Amino acid sequence: MTAPLLATVALSRAFGALAALNRVSLEVAPRERRAIIGPNGAGKTTLFNVITGQLAPTAGRILLEGTPIGGLSPHAVARRGISRSFQRNNLFPKLPVEENLRLAAAATAPGTWDLLGSIARRRGPLDRAREVAGVIGLSERLGEPAGRLSYGEQRQLEVGVALATAPRLLLLDEPTAGMSPEETRRMTRMLEALPREVTLLIIEHDMDVVGSLADRVTVLHYGEVLTEGTFAQVKADPRVYEVYLGSA
Amino acid sequence: MTARLIGFAALVVLAALFPLVAGNYPVKLLQEILIWGIFAMSLDVLMGYAGMVSFGHSAFFGIGGYVAALALAENPGLVSALVLPALAAGLAALVIGFFSIRVSGVYFIMLTLAFSQMFYAYAFQVSWLGAEDGIVGIPRPALPGVDLANIRSFHGYLLGLFVVVALGLWRVVRSPFGHVLRGIHENEARMEAVGYAVDRYKLLAFAIAGVFAGLAGSLYAQFNGSITPDAFFWTTSGEALLMVIIGGTGTLGGAVLGAAAFILLQSLVSTYTERWMLILGVTFILFVLFVPGGIVGALRGRVGLRA
Repeated sequence: MTAPLLATVALSRAFGALAALNRVSLEVAPRERRAIIGPNGAGKTTLFNVITGQLAPTAGRILLEGTPIGGLSPHAVARRGISRSFQRNNLFPKLPVEENLRLAAAATAPGTWDLLGSIARRRGPLDRAREVAGVIGLSERLGEPAGRLSYGEQRQLEVGVALATAPRLLLLDEPTAGMSPEETRRMTRMLEALPREVTLLIIEHDMDVVGSLADRVTVLHYGEVLTEGTFAQVKADPRVYEVYLGSA
Repeated sequence: MTARLIGFAALVVLAALFPLVAGNYPVKLLQEILIWGIFAMSLDVLMGYAGMVSFGHSAFFGIGGYVAALALAENPGLVSALVLPALAAGLAALVIGFFSIRVSGVYFIMLTLAFSQMFYAYAFQVSWLGAEDGIVGIPRPALPGVDLANIRSFHGYLLGLFVVVALGLWRVVRSPFGHVLRGIHENEARMEAVGYAVDRYKLLAFAIAGVFAGLAGSLYAQFNGSITPDAFFWTTSGEALLMVIIGGTGTLGGAVLGAAAFILLQSLVSTYTERWMLILGVTFILFVLFVPGGIVGALRGRVGLRA
C-alpha cells in the first residue's frame, strides 16, 4: 500500500465526559474514495471537525502525508489542501453564485491583500469559479444570490465552494442530505465524475450513494471504528447490520 | 459605475463652487459635513463592509485630533496636519484591534467602547492634554502661498482631501481585499474554512478605518482650532453610527449622505428648540423602523438605482 495521504492515530475528542471520538485510527490512500458511515451520534461530523481544525483533538494525531496537522486552525488546514463541505448549507447567501465560488478559489491564490486592484483582473480565481460552476451544474445561475437558489442547488453549491479551493483531500459531510432521489442521483454522478486526484472522504447515509462511490467504507459507532472494508465486506458484516437496526 | 463617478464629480464641483454663492455659516456647515463624512465613511468600511460594529471609533477620531493639536503647535506643516494624526490613529487601531477582534458581536461593541472611554478618561485628567478644557489655539497648517485661515482656501483644502479619501476608500471596498471583507461579513466561519486567516483581514480593516478616522479627527481640530476630550466620548462614536445607519450601511455614499442629514438636521432643529437631541432621537428611531436601508436604500427602491 502506498503511504497514506491522511492518517489519524488514536484520535480522540471528548465533550466533558462524553467521548465523541475514541482512539480513531484510519488511513486514507491518495486517490481513494472513502465513505464514513454509522448511526446518528457515531462521531462522523466530529471526526470531520477535528480533521479540519474546527475542533481541537483531545488526544491522538492527524497526519497529512506524514506531517502533523492536529490542532491547526481551520484556515491553516485549508491552506494545506484539505477542504470540506458542511452538513447544513454554509454559504454566502447574499453574494452571487460566482462570488461564492470565486472567494473560495481566491483564498489560496495571491492577491487577497490587494487593496486597490480589481477582482476582474485576477483571472485565476474567476476562471476556477466558472469551471467549478460547470462541474456542479450551476453555470446558468452565476449571477443569482446563493440564498435564492433552490435547496438542492444550494447543496450543489455547498460542494462547489469546497471544491473551488482545488483541494487534494475533499471532505463531504452528507452532500445528499435532504435531497430528492433525482437530486441525489445527479449529485452522485457529479461526485463520480470528479478527477481521481481529489481524494474523497464522504459521510453518507444513502447506501446507494456509498455503494456506487466508495472504494472503502469505515463504520463508526459510539466514536470508535467498528469495522472497515469494501462496501460488500461491510454490508455482509452482521455487526454493522446490528448497529444500524439497534439504533433505529 | 461611470454614471456614479459623473454624479460624484458633479457634486464635488457644486461643493467647490458653494463658497462663491453662500455665506460663512452654510459654508462651515458643508465643511463639517465633509469632515464627518470622512469619519462616517471610515466607520462604514468596518460596519457596512466587514460587518464589525464598533462603538469605539471615537478613540481614533480623538487621537487624530490631539496628535494634530500637539504636532501643529510644534511644526505647522502637512506632516503634522495629516500624516502624523493618521499614522498615530492607525497604530492605535492596530493595538486596540489586536485585542478587540478576538471577540465579536456585543463583546466587540463593549470592548471597543471601553477602549475609547479609557482615552476619554485619560484626556479628561492629564494636564499635558489640557484636561477637561482640551487644547485651544490650534494653528492650521502653513502652506506656501495659501492661507488656510481663509475660509475659502480651507474649503478647497478640505474638499480636496475629501475627494482623495472618498475615491481611495471606494477603490478599497471594491478591491480583492474589499471582497474578502464582504465574505467575512456574510459568513466568517466559511471564509475561515476555505483558507482565509479571518482575524488578519479584520485587523487590517480595523487599522484602515482607524487611519481615516484619525484624519477626520485632525481635520476637525483644524476646523475648530481646538480639541476637547469630548472627541473621545462615546457620543462621538454614536453620532458616526447614526450617520452610517441613517445613510445606509455598506455604501460609502450613504455614510456621507447620513453625515449631511445628521448635521443639517442638527443645525436646523437646534435653531428652533433646545431639545434637538430628542427630535434627532425620534428621527433615528423612525429611520431604523421604517427605512432600514437608510437614505440610499430608500433612493434605490424609488429610482430603481442598482447596488
